[in-house]
Amino acid sequence: MVPPKQKKVNAVGLSRSDYRGERSTLCPGCGHNTISAQIIRACYEMSIPPSKIVKFSGIGCSSKSPAYFLSGSFGFNGLHGRMPSLALGAALADTSMKVIGVSGDGDTASIGLGQFKHLIRRNLPMVYIVENNGVYGLTKGQFSATAEKGLELKHQGKNPFLPIDIAKEALIGNASFVARSFAGDPHQVRELLKAALSHQGTSVLDIISPCVSFNNREDTLHSYQWGRQHEAPLHDISYIPTRAAIILDEFKEGTVKEVTFHDGAVVVLKKLEKDYDPTDKWQAMKILEDAERHQWLVTGLIYIDPHHPTLYDYLELVEKPLNRIPVEDLRPSPEALESINQSMV
Amino acid sequence: MIIEPESDSTGLSSLSKKINDFCMTICTINGSGSATANTTLLRALFHMGIPVSGKNIFPSNIKGLPTWFSIRVSDQGYLARVAHDDIVVQMNPMTFEKDIDYDIPGGVVFYADHIDVPIHRDDVIVYPMPVKDLIREAEVARDLRDYMENMVYVGIVSQILEIDLKFIKNALCMQFNQKPSVAESNFSVVKLASDWAKDNLEKKDRYSVETREHLTDYIMTDGNTAGALGAIYGGFQFCGWYPITPATSLAESLITFAPKLRKNPETGKNNFAIVQAEDELASIGMAVGAGWAGLRAMSSTSGPGISLMTEYMSLAYYAEIPLVLWDVQRVGPSTGLPTRTGQGDLNLTYYLGHGDTQQIVIIPSSVSECFNFGWKAFDLAEKFQTPVIILSDLDLGMNLWMTKRFEYPDQPINRGKILWEEDLEKLTYRWGRYLDVDQDGIPYRTVMGNTHPDAPYFTRGTGHDEFGNYSEDPGEWHQLLDRLKRKFENTREQLPAPKLRGMKGAKVGVLGMGSTESAIKEAQDNLKEKGILTDYLRVRALPLSREVGKFIQSHARNYVLELNRDGQLHQILSIDFCDLQERLISLSYVDGLPMTADWVIQSVLTKEKEYGSS
Repeated sequence: MVPPKQKKVNAVGLSRSDYRGERSTLCPGCGHNTISAQIIRACYEMSIPPSKIVKFSGIGCSSKSPAYFLSGSFGFNGLHGRMPSLALGAALADTSMKVIGVSGDGDTASIGLGQFKHLIRRNLPMVYIVENNGVYGLTKGQFSATAEKGLELKHQGKNPFLPIDIAKEALIGNASFVARSFAGDPHQVRELLKAALSHQGTSVLDIISPCVSFNNREDTLHSYQWGRQHEAPLHDISYIPTRAAIILDEFKEGTVKEVTFHDGAVVVLKKLEKDYDPTDKWQAMKILEDAERHQWLVTGLIYIDPHHPTLYDYLELVEKPLNRIPVEDLRPSPEALESINQSMV
Repeated sequence: MIIEPESDSTGLSSLSKKINDFCMTICTINGSGSATANTTLLRALFHMGIPVSGKNIFPSNIKGLPTWFSIRVSDQGYLARVAHDDIVVQMNPMTFEKDIDYDIPGGVVFYADHIDVPIHRDDVIVYPMPVKDLIREAEVARDLRDYMENMVYVGIVSQILEIDLKFIKNALCMQFNQKPSVAESNFSVVKLASDWAKDNLEKKDRYSVETREHLTDYIMTDGNTAGALGAIYGGFQFCGWYPITPATSLAESLITFAPKLRKNPETGKNNFAIVQAEDELASIGMAVGAGWAGLRAMSSTSGPGISLMTEYMSLAYYAEIPLVLWDVQRVGPSTGLPTRTGQGDLNLTYYLGHGDTQQIVIIPSSVSECFNFGWKAFDLAEKFQTPVIILSDLDLGMNLWMTKRFEYPDQPINRGKILWEEDLEKLTYRWGRYLDVDQDGIPYRTVMGNTHPDAPYFTRGTGHDEFGNYSEDPGEWHQLLDRLKRKFENTREQLPAPKLRGMKGAKVGVLGMGSTESAIKEAQDNLKEKGILTDYLRVRALPLSREVGKFIQSHARNYVLELNRDGQLHQILSIDFCDLQERLISLSYVDGLPMTADWVIQSVLTKEKEYGSS
């Protein structure tokens, strides 16, 4: 008798299919689908049970995607540009959850700019992914605020304005984790996702994600072709969970930068540019400014401060998830009310 | 100028005595620190057992513009605003003549004698107050002089109106309960001024106060404080808010009281979170997120903030997310009158959201009802899995009121239909977020963190089926929206029921809501003396109870009294009870000030002349 084929499982006994979502309704070839696939893989490989993850999004093509990964997780597709506030309120109900937010450039860089910056300012622990394609897809091709100057679109002609740089906005807003990647580089997307999921604080991941329908001309910034030709990775990045043996053989001494996260996980950065230090904010600013001048697509972990206090530190919440606190603990005593009355006579 | 009673051609001296029955308005400059002095007088009168109300009519300004504080005392318990004053305390040169014009003939004017404006009326009794001289004499530190000037009128007014200084002292101690030396120095100015008045002023007016039996069932506070305490006793766990007059002090009261009342006694950690958002778009977003995730979530704002919150409130209605939203109304449209009161947000809140959205609105009329609704709203929101809006207003929210002591909630906290791991384990059917299992329109919900494999679902504002899956199916859309309507209709008799104040044999009905109650009750008594008996029904919730229809049906004429231009309650009544529309008469106006009994009386009398004889 042939034994039944053993399904490959991760440390929490789940197979990769347990991390899947519904079938994507986005265009075939959309960069967003590649990102969804990497979220699935990253969470599987990190052995995070889907029940410990919660997903949020705003409005737009990108914001539909949380339905296409992790069906075993709770999710909430909110309003345009207002996913951060939704995520914040929900996250406080159970701070042991891993929070993943998916937004787009239309969602984050226009109506959402305020909430994006304030999320960063509060440093709510969550992964904030911007699937950035420089165009409004769901309304069939209008400029977004990240579209480069001079970009031509069918109905609108040439874009006269300079783009908003999401990574730069994050950095200037004192984000504790800023990374940029390219949907056409799934390995890097995945490794950055793992680092982001381990970070205690808001992890901003600006992922250039080409729109195959409305903004994929060879010469435009958010296209596959441009991305492949102009991508300038800062460094290779490998996430090593604490449970696994740390393999350093691949990394030559002197070229390794370790960043320790709050949960004990370690991100090992193999630096291509010897002098790049992602904990140096000034360097990070400079590399983004240089990239803009040279029209580079700088990818990799641009900046990280693993010790920046989070919103949770400031709120001093009880250990138990707030949404599991028994009702008896939520109502103060009649004696306390009597003393309030007494103070008002 | 002091009018001698003997030579009084107006006959002021022959007016009968008025004890515990007058309105006194103190006219000062915003930012001069008069609030402490005014509150001291108010509290002292309250401690004397005299029913009293205090209304602060203030500008949208930090310093410099005129501000008024009206104190009304009434043995009968009439605490509404009155349009005219018996006594004016004039500290403001800018509005000197205009304010004094509010005095009735035979009224009283106390004025700071350094104000170089002649008194232009000879039908009032005038007491000068040497404010500057007395402050100099009191040797008050230079930087405190402006502030302490207010204690001069406290002393002089107390002497003339016969307010026992022991009550003033007590009230000052309450004001400065952490700083007894400050209370003492304030009191020394009060005493000095009072002694001066005793030696130098002869009482010629007819107004005075007398101590009554202590008002043991009452406390004195404002509606925003009460609302916050209500929320704390309702087990609020999250508040996202953004500053806006006149709602700010509600969230700030939460910040004051929640750490005292809601910390875990062993760990000292909080079982709640309060976050000041970047704007109202975010404060409501946070509340929606928290409500969705299983927290008792709330926000507080006023009209402009409600406008900004509209889109998320529409989502919360459609995705069935419980939350409590306080609208402490100011006067719109637009920025309007930010520091004045009104009832103009009724339609806005009732229909808040695009598409077919309807919201539950509950409307407290007193400070203690703000407390009650503050906790009840959470039970309603979680029971019906929908937002509940509490419609307060500036008059109720920011003014100090004498109100019934807060009563401990008479029902335990009810979290509604929420399923955790062990509940899902017991189910014999496949759970779906929007399945109407009980046929009452209210589905069961699970919340984030529930680890049962059947628990997770995807919440969306887009079309969804009974399991929360994306759907554009016409039948499913129609069906779900119909269920929401059914759920909403079912709330009618489960919300705070309308309250009746009836008079035997009344043929005329009067309907109102919220903080206008004191004006309407006073008018009812007055109209009775004029031969018009009325039944007064106070609407406390939308959607309307069917009892409201029965009430309208049983009266030939029903006057709908409200503080807005368009008669918004009248409009809603006319829609719900369209067959009774002919029995409804709208009486509405708004000018930013609280309703007066006089306005009610005159408006009803005018209409009664038109209809009454028929």
